[in-house]
Amino acid sequence: MSLSVSVRQAYGGFGLDASFESPGGLTALFGPSGCGKTSIVRFIAGLLRPQHGRLVLDDSVLVDTAAGRCVPPHRRGIGYVFQEPRLLPHLSVRQNLLYGHWFARHFRRAHGQAIGFERVVELLGIGGLLGRPPGALSGGEAQRVAIGRALLASPRLLLMDEPFASIDEVRKAEILPYIERLRDELQIPIVYVSHALDEVVRLASTLVVLERGRVLAQGPLAGVLSRIDLPNLARRLDAGVVLDAEVVEHDLRWQLTRLRIRAGDLLVPRLALAPGRTVRVWVRARDVSLATEAPGATSLLNVLPARVLELAPGAGATMDVRLDCGGDALLARITRLSAERLQLHPGRRLQALIKGVSFQALEA
Amino acid sequence: MLDLSADELTAIRLSLRVSLVAVAGSLLPAIGVAWLLARRRFPGIVLLEGLVHLPLTLPPVVTGYLLLLLFGRKGAIGAFLDEHLGLVFAFRWTGAALAAAVMGFPLLVRSIRLSLELLDERLEEAAATLGAPPPFVFLTVTLPLIGPGIVAGAVLAFARAMGEFGATITFVSNIPGETQTLATAIYTYTQIPGGDAAALRLVLVSVLLSVAALVVSEGLDRRGRRKVRGR
Repeated sequence: MSLSVSVRQAYGGFGLDASFESPGGLTALFGPSGCGKTSIVRFIAGLLRPQHGRLVLDDSVLVDTAAGRCVPPHRRGIGYVFQEPRLLPHLSVRQNLLYGHWFARHFRRAHGQAIGFERVVELLGIGGLLGRPPGALSGGEAQRVAIGRALLASPRLLLMDEPFASIDEVRKAEILPYIERLRDELQIPIVYVSHALDEVVRLASTLVVLERGRVLAQGPLAGVLSRIDLPNLARRLDAGVVLDAEVVEHDLRWQLTRLRIRAGDLLVPRLALAPGRTVRVWVRARDVSLATEAPGATSLLNVLPARVLELAPGAGATMDVRLDCGGDALLARITRLSAERLQLHPGRRLQALIKGVSFQALEA
Repeated sequence: MLDLSADELTAIRLSLRVSLVAVAGSLLPAIGVAWLLARRRFPGIVLLEGLVHLPLTLPPVVTGYLLLLLFGRKGAIGAFLDEHLGLVFAFRWTGAALAAAVMGFPLLVRSIRLSLELLDERLEEAAATLGAPPPFVFLTVTLPLIGPGIVAGAVLAFARAMGEFGATITFVSNIPGETQTLATAIYTYTQIPGGDAAALRLVLVSVLLSVAALVVSEGLDRRGRRKVRGR
């Protein structure tokens, strides 16, 4: 799958001028409210006609305003999960699920592999809801049905616009694994809009950072996350990087799991994963400390050799440090005073220290 | 008490037929016009809106007279229809139906337009992203969801048609068995000596029919709204 998006539109006082590419997987559009994320997915779906735009999905040109080409939404084969479920209230859950399925079968050469009804129902855990009217569903149930409905239309690309906007944290935790399954088991390319960093870090393979209608950065998730020059990303309290790690072994006595990353091993609170599995861990900059040499007695479990790549003073007392850690990027947020005392400069070799309990494993 | 004479029964049957035909015939045009008014912006929209609502503000007698001018045998439209389609309105029950349709049209359009404006267009967007071409979106999403509005408008227009007097009597006169409806029959009976009892009987029938129409519409409306809310 390849997706190429370019859109330019002037609104009163606010302009949208964004271009990005996606190689497939889950592409997250990340940015604050009002940065143009929703306009971009509406453009991709065909619900917004911009003044200038070009949209190419695989080898089909869906929009090319220069050539006066614009494929209407119902012929694009692009699924859309909206912020709110938007189930058709006069149809049952089953009829809602089959709505797009019917059109896909009768009107459109279905793209990609057709996903069976039973498979979708099982995947999303909505078997018990089929006979109900949409009004009798909870927010989380309705959103799962909306996802299933979009999937059954056999989309070649799925758009998800903050699908958790109207759902509480508990329900969200319930649905996130389903989205991972879409990404990994069905291998449907997804463009996912969010302003929640935890969702992005957990789900995305490609990250596009937006602000005020412009693309600030785009590329593979780990690379973009480790940049310290993006105010909206790097200045956040929860700025950090993701690392791909392999589960090595479990220590039952201390309830720890040993993970292997490029620079060495990490001990983290025990994960319910078999050895050999890979896991994505999120290491926040504020949980990483620096030392010039490996400390003696310390409670810190994880000490990794690292090299300073870049320094960026934050507002006030903080300093963000980008490190190279055996090929992986790592961010550390320390005080400017500490940076002065350690005489940090690009190229300096030192030790990165990470508390074992600070790790957050993001996916199974 | 309700020992109706043959003439009275004829008037009742005629009224029902005229009203049903009037509503049935104006349903599709009303949906079209309501859709145009609710969803489209085009030059002349104000003119269309004014034209549709004119029968509400004009005295019914004037409407009837205008119909006579346009749809009479020698009228611009009437002559054409007579010649090419064999369709005659003047002094026929079809003319009574036309008068009733014109008078009820604004009520029908208003009700449908209101429910179109209240309809969540985001649902239509969702249907489009699921692969439904526009005509299917209209048939499978728009139409079912504005159903209660259509029913409510149709009942209003039906009631208006049953009570239509001024335009009817001006346009097609008051011919027993052809154009004498419930309303014009009541008027006739009040004008002749000893007609009070007959007039009263027809008044009672009229009240019963109106109440029945309201009950039916209320029931349909409740069911429709429940369905549209998705419960």
